[in-house]
Amino acid sequence: MPMIEFKSVNKWYGGFQVLRDCTTKVEKGEVVVVCGPSGSGKSTLIKCVNALEPFQQGEIIVNGQSVGDKTTNLPRLRSQIGMVFQHFELFPHMTVLENLNLAQVKVLGRGADEAAEKSQMLLKRVGMLDHAPKFPGQLSGGQQQRVAIARGLAMDPIAMLFDEPTSALDPEMINEVLDVMVELAHEGMTMMCVTHEMGFARKVAHRVIFMDRGEIVEDATKDEFFGTPRSERAQLFLSKILQH
Amino acid sequence: MNFDLTIIVNALPYLWKGFQYTLELTAIAAAGGLFFGTLLALARLSSIHALQMVAAGYVNLMRSIPLVLVIFWFFFLVPLILQAITGATRPPQVGAERTAIITFIMFEAAYFCEIMRAGIQSIPRGQIFSSYALGLTYSQTMRLVILPQAFRNMLPVLLTQTIILFQDTSLVYVISATDFVGAAAKVAQRDSKLVEMYLFVALVYFTLCFSLSLAVKQLQQKIAVIR
Repeated sequence: MPMIEFKSVNKWYGGFQVLRDCTTKVEKGEVVVVCGPSGSGKSTLIKCVNALEPFQQGEIIVNGQSVGDKTTNLPRLRSQIGMVFQHFELFPHMTVLENLNLAQVKVLGRGADEAAEKSQMLLKRVGMLDHAPKFPGQLSGGQQQRVAIARGLAMDPIAMLFDEPTSALDPEMINEVLDVMVELAHEGMTMMCVTHEMGFARKVAHRVIFMDRGEIVEDATKDEFFGTPRSERAQLFLSKILQH
Repeated sequence: MNFDLTIIVNALPYLWKGFQYTLELTAIAAAGGLFFGTLLALARLSSIHALQMVAAGYVNLMRSIPLVLVIFWFFFLVPLILQAITGATRPPQVGAERTAIITFIMFEAAYFCEIMRAGIQSIPRGQIFSSYALGLTYSQTMRLVILPQAFRNMLPVLLTQTIILFQDTSLVYVISATDFVGAAAKVAQRDSKLVEMYLFVALVYFTLCFSLSLAVKQLQQKIAVIR
């Protein structure tokens, strides 16, 4: 059974169709990179996985549960999927440690000590333990994003979603975040990443999905994708972002 | 004209009682107004259309009517409504003090609603997304993530509104509640010393409100540094 399965997903904003008949899947332990030009619907697709965006047609199954089903307990489902955002979205009125503790205590019902222990372990893992008592506003973008990843991991997720995690970062901070993601991939985490970092894709992705105008144009293994993309649109896209 | 300071000194214990009521009314109305105002703001921003309409209707109604009229309404109409509901032979008296508290909470809720609405809207949508993504429910997201930030952002405005409220409470004078102004008016009329009493009251209001506004301004700069 795949960890995440998309079956003919269609989504409209009013009369504008943002997702067209999207069908694909992410197996357990698989790292899938989603790329494509801006406005192609890749962020929307990934946000449908934990129902941050509703969709009108089709089905998404996460670990056996249908996301669009009205009887699905969404908070419970979401707590099982970690998500990392372009703009980090740490809670600015809480310390780094509190950011990690919050959902562990309020959603998973862990005790304060247990949560703090878990948080500290994960902060250490992303190299941010020394910053635990600080507020997000006192950290650089790269540091905030590493905290955000740790916050997602604190929920012991069955899969992690990344929505352009390095797009808002200064160039010198991109690698510290990608390093954490690479490590995570090597540990066997199921990951779906919207990113333009083709170096990351080459290094750890199993499959690459290329989207354009709301459609999944290419869905191939990494070697196939970077070797000979079958569609013209994907070739054009790759030539544009890989020429430098 | 002879200006008689002893009148003020002699009246101080009575004026102090009035002043205490003014403070009490301000505090209760601010707390109650903030509580119901926040609920109204959440209703106005809710995805449920009916809820939006009801909240917006309430806020617009309250903000379009002079406060004095609302106070009158409550003072004269609520006993009649209570009579109709309970079927009592005579309209039950709510009392000026209690009327004032209820009226001010309801009136201020409309103003605090608009402040909290602006505060909630000033928080990026991504904060809601990231809360939901962690599995927090709507009420947890609001309570733990959005409202604390909105409240903090809006603190200077909320305090300014409370200072205005502090002045507005003097309107309870129209239903003969003995607030600070009410107490002064009663002494002034009893002893025919209007100039002394009204000057003293004005001075106290000015000193308090002006220094509080300065304090709020400083707080505003402090908050601006932290962000």
